[in-house]
Amino acid sequence: MIAISVKNLNVSYHGEEAVKNISFSLESGNLVGVIGPNGAGKSTLLKALLNLIPKDKGEIQIFDRSVRDIRKKIAYVPQRSEIDWDFPITVLDAVLIGTYPNLKLFQRPGKQEKALAYECLEKVGMTPFSNRQIGELSGGQQQRVFLARALAQKPEMYFLDEPFVGVDLGSEETIIHILKELRDSGKTVVVVHHDLMKASTYFNRLILLNRELIGYGSIEEVFRPDLLAKAYKGQFAFMEQIGVSV
Amino acid sequence: MEFIEALMNYEYMQKALITSVMVGIICGAIGCFIILRGMALMGDAISHAVLPGVALSYMLGINFFFGAVLTGVLTAVGIGYVSQNSRIKHDVSIGIMFTFSFALGIIMITMMKSSTDLYHILFGNVLVVRTSEMWTTFTVGIVVLSAIYFFYKELLVSSFDPIMSAAYGLPNRIIHYALMILLTMVTVASLQTVGIVLVVAMLITPAATAYLLTDRLWIMIYLSMGFGVVSSIVGLYFSYMYNLASGASIVLVATVLFALAFTFSPKQGILWRSMRSRMNRNSITNN
Repeated sequence: MIAISVKNLNVSYHGEEAVKNISFSLESGNLVGVIGPNGAGKSTLLKALLNLIPKDKGEIQIFDRSVRDIRKKIAYVPQRSEIDWDFPITVLDAVLIGTYPNLKLFQRPGKQEKALAYECLEKVGMTPFSNRQIGELSGGQQQRVFLARALAQKPEMYFLDEPFVGVDLGSEETIIHILKELRDSGKTVVVVHHDLMKASTYFNRLILLNRELIGYGSIEEVFRPDLLAKAYKGQFAFMEQIGVSV
Repeated sequence: MEFIEALMNYEYMQKALITSVMVGIICGAIGCFIILRGMALMGDAISHAVLPGVALSYMLGINFFFGAVLTGVLTAVGIGYVSQNSRIKHDVSIGIMFTFSFALGIIMITMMKSSTDLYHILFGNVLVVRTSEMWTTFTVGIVVLSAIYFFYKELLVSSFDPIMSAAYGLPNRIIHYALMILLTMVTVASLQTVGIVLVVAMLITPAATAYLLTDRLWIMIYLSMGFGVVSSIVGLYFSYMYNLASGASIVLVATVLFALAFTFSPKQGILWRSMRSRMNRNSITNN
């Protein structure tokens, strides 16, 4: 089944083009890395897919439907820098928020939802911390809590924005292990990631981005020197200056 | 004792007490969301911006609410419009729009009425609350508290993680403007008790005090309402006993409560914080 289909997507911020002419289609059951240099428009692409920012042109379909119709089936894990970690909320209550999209107006989370939240906390190994305020956790623990929140939403698709920034190795392994399990159970997982080193072991599909779509497909198809050089040419300029050829 | 006797004997004292307690509860509850959404300055702006609306209502002989909500929301929209469509930053935009609105209101009121009315609207005088105004405050209280009760989930998620709430389809913008409307209503309800100028203190000081004392939103709301009520009662007491302005006394009490929490809060208080870091430093040097 086609999970995401994008045709000719253009998005701009205040008249400046952030991403342009993006087209790809993605089957469900994939773990996809969106990679590219800083300012390549990775987060913009993710937000456009979620219908959080208006697009100038193009078409986005998720499971053959418009994003608007299917958005409750999509979980979003924000960058850690976008969260107010002083907010008066405990780990358990933060995970419970994941159940909100599936509750009706005026409906409060009940026993069932609490049990689900505990189950999700267990999966990410954060049960002992359920009563802590979220700001008291380490970066990796915070990221695991937000993954648990996404799991509690029981979505078909996961979007994660830079989930491994400021995260300890153990947490990173836990998270990638869960993401691979989700993929193997047929879910679609899209991860914005800036670290090329691990991209080839973490993902089975890559979207290489620098404003335009530079490469898309399996690791072998995208991890080619010519494509990487094209995407990262700005970053590599200083290496050429000091005599390293790329 | 004298205060309690006065409460027993004088109807105006009973009305004053009931009204200011209600104001403490309402402001305390909605204030939590104002500070968590980083809207303290916005709260100050909106409360000032109701002034021309109040004046307009006077002129037309209609209920304060309609005018207040109108100019309050217009100002909120104006603030957003200026900051989104120019390089002017949000705080600057707030400063421009609300002082404009406030100045306009002052001119309107001085043109048509005596300056004593203006004084009362700006600073409140809880000892002359009329029964109808008490009922107005009560109605606003019911509206605000039920809005928070019924939309708690939506308020929580849109305050904590607006990106997620937008992603799953909550109308963040409508929630924002609904809060603005509630804010204008709360300001009108607080006119007699603390007045326009000091409403913002009742909105943010008890909420900030509660914020220092708990890590759970619902406890914060109850604590904040409690601090609002205590400030109102104690403030009213001082106001009556020493013939002080009621709004100012209430706000001073609220600030004393904040200072206590700021110093002694088990988790956030500066006292325990400095003790903890000193103990930590000692244990490191001793090892």
